[in-house]
Amino acid sequence: MSEPFTKSMARNIFIGGGLFSFLLFVGLTVDTMERLPERDNRQNITPEVALGKKVWEDNNCVGCHTILGEGAYFAPELGNVYQRLGHSTEAIKVMIKSRPVEGVPGRRSMPQFNLTEEELEGIAQFLKWTSEINTNNWPPNIQG
Amino acid sequence: MLKYQSQAVAKPYFIAAIGLFVAQILFGLIMGLQYVMGDFLFPEIPFNIARMVHTNLLIVWLLFGFMGASYFLVPEESERELHSPKLALALFWIFLVAGALTIVGYLAVPYATLAEITGNDLLPTMGREFLEQPTITKIGIVIVVLGFIYNIGMTILSGRKTVVSVVLLTGLVGLAVFFLFAFYNPTNLVLDKYFWWWVVHLWVEGVWELILGAILAFVLIKVTGVDREIIEKWLYVIIAMTLITGVIGTGHHYYFIGTPEYWLWVGSVFSALEPIPFFMMTLFAFSMVNRRRKDHPNQAAVLWALGTAVTAFLGAGVWGFMHTLAPVNYYTHGTQLTAAHGHLAFYGAYVLIVLTIISYAMPLLRNQGEAAPAKAQNLEKLSFWLMTISMVVITLLLTGAGIMQIMTQRMAEEPMSFMAVQDSLATFYWLRVIAGLVFLVGLFTYIASFFAKDKAAPMATK
Ligand code: HEC
Ligand code: HEM
Ligand code: HEM
Ligand SMILES: [Fe+2]
Repeated sequence: MSEPFTKSMARNIFIGGGLFSFLLFVGLTVDTMERLPERDNRQNITPEVALGKKVWEDNNCVGCHTILGEGAYFAPELGNVYQRLGHSTEAIKVMIKSRPVEGVPGRRSMPQFNLTEEELEGIAQFLKWTSEINTNNWPPNIQG
Repeated sequence: MLKYQSQAVAKPYFIAAIGLFVAQILFGLIMGLQYVMGDFLFPEIPFNIARMVHTNLLIVWLLFGFMGASYFLVPEESERELHSPKLALALFWIFLVAGALTIVGYLAVPYATLAEITGNDLLPTMGREFLEQPTITKIGIVIVVLGFIYNIGMTILSGRKTVVSVVLLTGLVGLAVFFLFAFYNPTNLVLDKYFWWWVVHLWVEGVWELILGAILAFVLIKVTGVDREIIEKWLYVIIAMTLITGVIGTGHHYYFIGTPEYWLWVGSVFSALEPIPFFMMTLFAFSMVNRRRKDHPNQAAVLWALGTAVTAFLGAGVWGFMHTLAPVNYYTHGTQLTAAHGHLAFYGAYVLIVLTIISYAMPLLRNQGEAAPAKAQNLEKLSFWLMTISMVVITLLLTGAGIMQIMTQRMAEEPMSFMAVQDSLATFYWLRVIAGLVFLVGLFTYIASFFAKDKAAPMATK
């Protein structure tokens, strides 16, 4: 029986289609990299913001929170927490500083991280910077 | 009977995979309780720690499963012994000990301390979802995976090259290559997120699907006796569709993280096509089983294989499509709906394919002949249904919770705060805990199946 659609045709679609897709994806990535500076607010990445991202990672904040919608779904979105807490880095710092070591009975709890003043300032600046990224208007409202 | 003695190294990999699977589910249940009893185990095991244990164990045991699968099927496909069984065994212990130490580290000290003592300051890679492992653990993973690929690669290249083994190898190399992006962690969060998805999305919706397809094809060849030519042609078409839709489909994660607007439609169009390869996989599995040339005695393995195809289509295809269009994702992004999809997709595609190959291989590895005794197979089938149905129930509950969350927090005229919304969803979360307990019962049933013997004469035939 002669098959109209052979295995080697299938293989060629796989190799050709796969390679083409990767190349196109790389091309789109290059283009994205060129456009990002207009959107990602990178001119405002100060040493404080950089420290803040490090503190964010070293304490795994993303294991409870989402940031720009990615992370864990246990605690509030933080991409816009700067706005939610009244455009105040101070309020962010107070919130993080004031977590009781033993948690809040019966309520989902956030650990007391014992951050230094410098680290707190970094985190707050990092969250402020994040809130100023152009995210195509996401989240839909202030509650994140 | 094993065709090649060195296939036996697959056995410890499969046993470790099942052991870690149990631990993963226990931590899932801990989190399930923390969702409704916020202070449960606090501050000893905060939610984020339980979560990284749960997800990292998942990934590690799936990797054990993929490795075991490769050590089992590659000698048979290549018609020769494994290049080095010793290396395979050494890497097994290295991986197991490194994995165990990492989990102990998560649980024993605060995460920030772990970051400090493992030198995260030198090359910061920690603290990102799914990539929480200390940098030295990540380096360890790279070494183990490279050693593994070398071993498998040498076996394939010097033996008979089949489509199944070459596709598997391609998937494994891709897995290693994209994992390297775990080491790229720029200060700019947008860039960080952009390339983070090159690990996460290009794994589960890219190269891992090649591994999935290859293992499924192998098992179908064995249990249906259908001509290899036909199965291999299907395999090529499926994985071609995977890459054509899935690579640029990465764009469905580039809607709201600071990337340009054109991703809204590029991501929507390509990712909307991503269910196609999953749908084809379902057609593939059923049509091969329908065209079977023999009735293989291991009917449990057939059930797992069909279950993989269907549940992967549901979890990845249907639940993925549900939230993949940008206008929908605007409201669903980062809600319980995401968790619903994550669970059914991971379970359907990757948990089930690993359990499929274990089901097929274990009787051979344990000298039981082609199939486990009837009683053992019945327990296995029961465990399939218990786990699959409870996972579908978990998915439906999280979907319900997600829809409520979207309506009250995202779409309402006067949106409620996140915490208030979560309080209002407690019923869904309690039911999720119950479904999770049923899942655990299913898992214990699965383990019990390995110890079940028929009362009458032993089954071991050939
Ligand atoms: C174990 C889980 C957990 C971890 C880890 C965690 N948080 Fe939280 N966080 C919470 C919870 C729960 C709340 C809500 C508290 C409440 O409303 O009582 C919260 C609230 C917040 C808020 C206020 C949000 C709002 O909308 O009012 C900020 C800011 C915050 N966290 C920052 C952080 C930072 C920064 C880190 C990392 C250093 C972090 N969190 C790590 C659980 C966590
Ligand atoms: C084989 C079965 C399971 C798989 C494959 C699995 C997989 C996952 C994955 C991939 C995540 C990350 C989710 C995401 O980011 O969207 C996750 C998180 C989670 N899992 Fe599971 N899981 C399984 C079983 C369970 C069970 C039985 C429970 C509990 C009853 C559970 C509870 C959770 C919880 C509470 C989270 C955290 C969600 C959040 O971030 O808020 N899981 N799981
Ligand atoms: C087996 C294959 C798949 C697996 C294992 C999988 C798993 C996951 C997981 C774990 C997440 C959450 C990531 C995070 O924590 O941020 C996710 C997100 C997502 N997945 Fe999948 N997925 C698969 C296939 C698909 C397919 C085929 C589609 C589309 C048709 C899809 C669409 C999405 C979308 C749109 C998101 C983002 C959700 C959000 O905005 O919060 N997935 N997937
Ligand atoms: Fe994706």
